[in-house]
Amino acid sequence: MSCAETIWDYGLRAIGIGERLLPKADITLCEQIVLIGSGMVWNLYFAVLALFLGFFLAIAVALARASENGWARVPAQAFIFVIRGSPLFIQFFIAYESFVLIPKLGVDINLGFVEITAETRWLTKAWLGALIVLFLNTSAYSAQIFYGALMSVPKGDIEAAEAIGMSPFRRFRRVIFPSMLRLAWASYTNEAIFLFHATSLVFFSSFPAWRQKGDALYYANYFADKTFNPFVPYPIIAVYFVVFTVLLIAVFGLVNRRLNRHLKHQR
Amino acid sequence: MFEYCADPSTLSGFDWWSCYLTTGKHFSFYQSFGTVLTLLALTVPLILVFGFAGALARRSRVLPVRWFGLGYTSMVRGVPDIIFFLFALIALDQGIEYLRHLVLCPDWTEPIRQGNDFRVCPQAKMPLGSSPQWVHEVYGFGLATVGFAIVFGAFAANTIFGALEAVPRAQLETGAAFGMTPRQIFWRIHLPQMWVYALPGLSNLWMILIKATPLLFLLGVEDIVYWARELGGSKTTRFAYPHGDWRLGYFIGLLVFYLALTWVSERVFERLTRRVSRGQASLGGAVT
Repeated sequence: MSCAETIWDYGLRAIGIGERLLPKADITLCEQIVLIGSGMVWNLYFAVLALFLGFFLAIAVALARASENGWARVPAQAFIFVIRGSPLFIQFFIAYESFVLIPKLGVDINLGFVEITAETRWLTKAWLGALIVLFLNTSAYSAQIFYGALMSVPKGDIEAAEAIGMSPFRRFRRVIFPSMLRLAWASYTNEAIFLFHATSLVFFSSFPAWRQKGDALYYANYFADKTFNPFVPYPIIAVYFVVFTVLLIAVFGLVNRRLNRHLKHQR
Repeated sequence: MFEYCADPSTLSGFDWWSCYLTTGKHFSFYQSFGTVLTLLALTVPLILVFGFAGALARRSRVLPVRWFGLGYTSMVRGVPDIIFFLFALIALDQGIEYLRHLVLCPDWTEPIRQGNDFRVCPQAKMPLGSSPQWVHEVYGFGLATVGFAIVFGAFAANTIFGALEAVPRAQLETGAAFGMTPRQIFWRIHLPQMWVYALPGLSNLWMILIKATPLLFLLGVEDIVYWARELGGSKTTRFAYPHGDWRLGYFIGLLVFYLALTWVSERVFERLTRRVSRGQASLGGAVT
């Protein structure tokens, strides 16, 4: 089988398009590269969506954490402490176990709500359940970063904005928020890298890979088990991750330049 | 454990719980918390050794050594740690067996990689096929420890390298002006002053290390996650203590354990930071 055929068969295998059976015997280098690459689709899906949605929740939590109102501050503090203080791995387990239990409870409590029980079943699938866990995880870590940045916004800037008569909302929107992002961006880039790497835990921990549709590590591990030779699939997946990490750093670097466009470029 | 536990089916309420939580399997579960703490205690010195070796290699005057240090410290930034664990473990395992194979069975003619198999002579197997179960467990645990040390050593090397660079030059020059040898400067001035810069990074690394310990389960060690799944799974009436699916409860127990560990570590690092910044001409040092 030529490599072009392999790409046709397995290029989108991770999302269920193409050949149903995974290669079992006489595994070629091409098959490993193509199949592990198709699994990267999942890693990118989780990373992009969790980071995008998490960004907004993180800002909300950071603002709540900085709030003087205890009803907002204490829950935000608790949320950040619990998520940052426990392993993502355990969070995946707990989420999966509770998602599995939800439909059972729903049936026990009220038999009438067919719609709710039908929807909760999706939670046990990786595409939604794992996304929620990653979303909450990155929100807590980023919220801590944004909170730290919020605390170090120069006081003079805020006083100046007050002095020229900006309304509180306008002050936040034009002065505090941009400063906060600028200060947080370097750490936030690190967090994004960590989250991207954490996506490789999804199918490896508790969420089952339905019909062998898994992420890159799922396939890399599959090949390592089948060929008993770790020296091919793991370097392949490592190269994929390095390439996408460099890409991610480049994208965040562009945003950073945009955030700092008022400064002279230092070379 | 207790005498009245002889027939669990007659128990209920507090008695049932006191018996249930003291079964042999539960003691294995409690011991596995010790396994996790042992892993942490064993890896930390190893991580510091790897970290210093990496950082010093990166500062070396010899070019290939510097390249090696640079490669080692930058590898962890681009690739998820779990991939390194999986890879390093199999690679170490196969590497050790291969070396033993070369030494112990010089007249073995068959190739080692036969298609999809990795075959070494029986004497070179690690641990030997005939050795008892606990040897296998200890060997697996040892491999995992070394794997953790290699991966987190690379993180530590990054931090220590940065901290060594951050020590003010004037301090080292003063040492030279007093006629100290380079070795004396390193041990008496550079190293003691480095800690205050390294501590924030190292405390962060410790937090990451704590949260990486459940990965032991993925590496095949019988750790707390293994036992939580084992004990929490639903037990039919064929078992002495039948119950439904209690895995959620067990995992929440693990969550509390990790939260407590993090909380204690934060307190300890706060004190440590105060200790190392004593006498430093910085904001933290000026306060005490």
